Amino acid sequence: MQNRTNILLILAGLLPISLCIAAGIGAYQILPWRIPRILLFHEDGFEVLIYVRFPRIILSAIVGAVLAISGATLQGIFRNPLADPGLIGVTAGAGLGAAFWIVLVGSGFLGIWGVPIAAFTGGILVTIGVWKIAQTHERVPTVTLLLAGIVLNSFAGAGIGLMTFLADEEQLRSLTFWLLGGFGGATWRAIAVTLPIAVIGAVVLFRLARALNAMSLGESEAYHLGVSTESLKRWAVFGVALIVGAAVSAAGGIGFVGLIVPHLLRLMGGADHRYVLPGSALGGAILLVSADLFARTVAIPAELPVGVVTALLGGPFFLWLLLRFKKEVAYG
Amino acid sequence: MVELDGVSYCIGQKWIVHDVNLKIESGEFWMFAGPNGAGKSTLLRLISGELSPQKGKIRLFGHDIHVYSPQELARIRAYLQQKREVNFPFLASEIVLLGRHPHLNGAKETPKDWAIARKSMEQVEADDFAERLYTTLSGGEASRVDLARILAQEPQLLLLDEPTNHLDPRHQVRILQLCRSIAESGKSVIAAIHDLNLAAMYADKVLMLREGNAVAIGTPETVLTPRQLESVYDLPFETLHTSSGRTLITPLTPTPQ
Repeated sequence: MQNRTNILLILAGLLPISLCIAAGIGAYQILPWRIPRILLFHEDGFEVLIYVRFPRIILSAIVGAVLAISGATLQGIFRNPLADPGLIGVTAGAGLGAAFWIVLVGSGFLGIWGVPIAAFTGGILVTIGVWKIAQTHERVPTVTLLLAGIVLNSFAGAGIGLMTFLADEEQLRSLTFWLLGGFGGATWRAIAVTLPIAVIGAVVLFRLARALNAMSLGESEAYHLGVSTESLKRWAVFGVALIVGAAVSAAGGIGFVGLIVPHLLRLMGGADHRYVLPGSALGGAILLVSADLFARTVAIPAELPVGVVTALLGGPFFLWLLLRFKKEVAYG
Repeated sequence: MVELDGVSYCIGQKWIVHDVNLKIESGEFWMFAGPNGAGKSTLLRLISGELSPQKGKIRLFGHDIHVYSPQELARIRAYLQQKREVNFPFLASEIVLLGRHPHLNGAKETPKDWAIARKSMEQVEADDFAERLYTTLSGGEASRVDLARILAQEPQLLLLDEPTNHLDPRHQVRILQLCRSIAESGKSVIAAIHDLNLAAMYADKVLMLREGNAVAIGTPETVLTPRQLESVYDLPFETLHTSSGRTLITPLTPTPQ
């Protein structure tokens, strides 16, 4: 148990370090240890830090934390280490909402807020749809929840495909860019909206940690241990939908963070969700700040979409996970 | 302690449990016996509150089972499931500690909870693998860890679905002796079990189920008779008297040619 406290402390120490390094590196180089001076005395680089780097790294840290907590929560609910936040339809729904707005409404109405609001609404609506489809008279069986998620994910995917088909050159470009995800447009205003939602959602999900431990034994065991499993599932699904909806609206669809990070945490310190959830928050933040740093510096002045970077990292990792899992199934 | 009044449960058109009446007092060790699919597990799950009967009433400690919240139920009864699958790397001791969940109200475990968990593991001889990953344990070891979790829950009523499954003879006997002593301390134990000789050795009362119906209720001597068993299992049985004075029941199989 001491081990877990140490891992959390190390991650908590690494996060500010990664934030400072990421704030320093870019087309305009700033030495990390000079950052306090620059901020205090308005030295050269002040504007770059305040208006460009900080919003970007802070938003990427928030989004990384949100995605990883959500992944850990859904893996706990579905009792499957291969679950990711997209499973309940929120990511695809947000993509559909954004695509709908970009292609059919355009930027005239609601200005820069149009796409994020449409994405958030789409994500929440599709999640509610998944929940309603899965619901039997008094329960929401996990298996049906999973299947309903798959069905609506493919519907939303088809919808996005249709929008892509209808889009003109310009719309197609912004749609593709949005779907790949990125922090190029990060602003303090986006942070002001995303951060409170992320904090509230994270508090809700952290409170479920021990019930999620009981859930690892199976849904019926969790019930026998006194967990109200239906209420647990409802809080988990809508907590995740809320924060992932906010994250995706702010940064587009970024895959694999929610899958990889909780798994790494479990490999390091075991499966107790009271450790995995906060650990994932820190780990997800560090991972996405680093991935974004890589995305914007590897080909200066061009920028890779950060979703491509996480997918490049995540693909092989997922494959490794699958091979490992396969072995366990075969010899288990 | 447990009263069942005309309890019936059906899935679709099929009655899995049909019109079962039962009264279980504290201090009693009951066994539910019967062929596969007779409704033993379903009856246990009805008594645990996980399933609700379509007909009839279940009362625990004098109150209708519906008045209890899941947490209140978890403080008075524990349930050992037959099958288990855990996909995450929990230590055996962490699994046992989950038994304290209903008593914690969201607070952190205290040293007292750890002590209870440790004692439960010692009772089922699971303390040797307390720090091993649950997923790496053998079937019998995992069963004992699960039993320790049930004991750590400190329930008044233990519902055990085939607690001797996967266990070697030494641990089968040890677990049933433990159940016996738990019952003698004033609690109630109900176990679904296939081994009729173990049932005869340890149980106070036996409920024999067939196709959801309670076909016989009583002491092992009155229920586990060759005639009764033959009618339930469609197989002839005979009793053997050993030199140590015990009576064993065994199916009569045609002698190989």
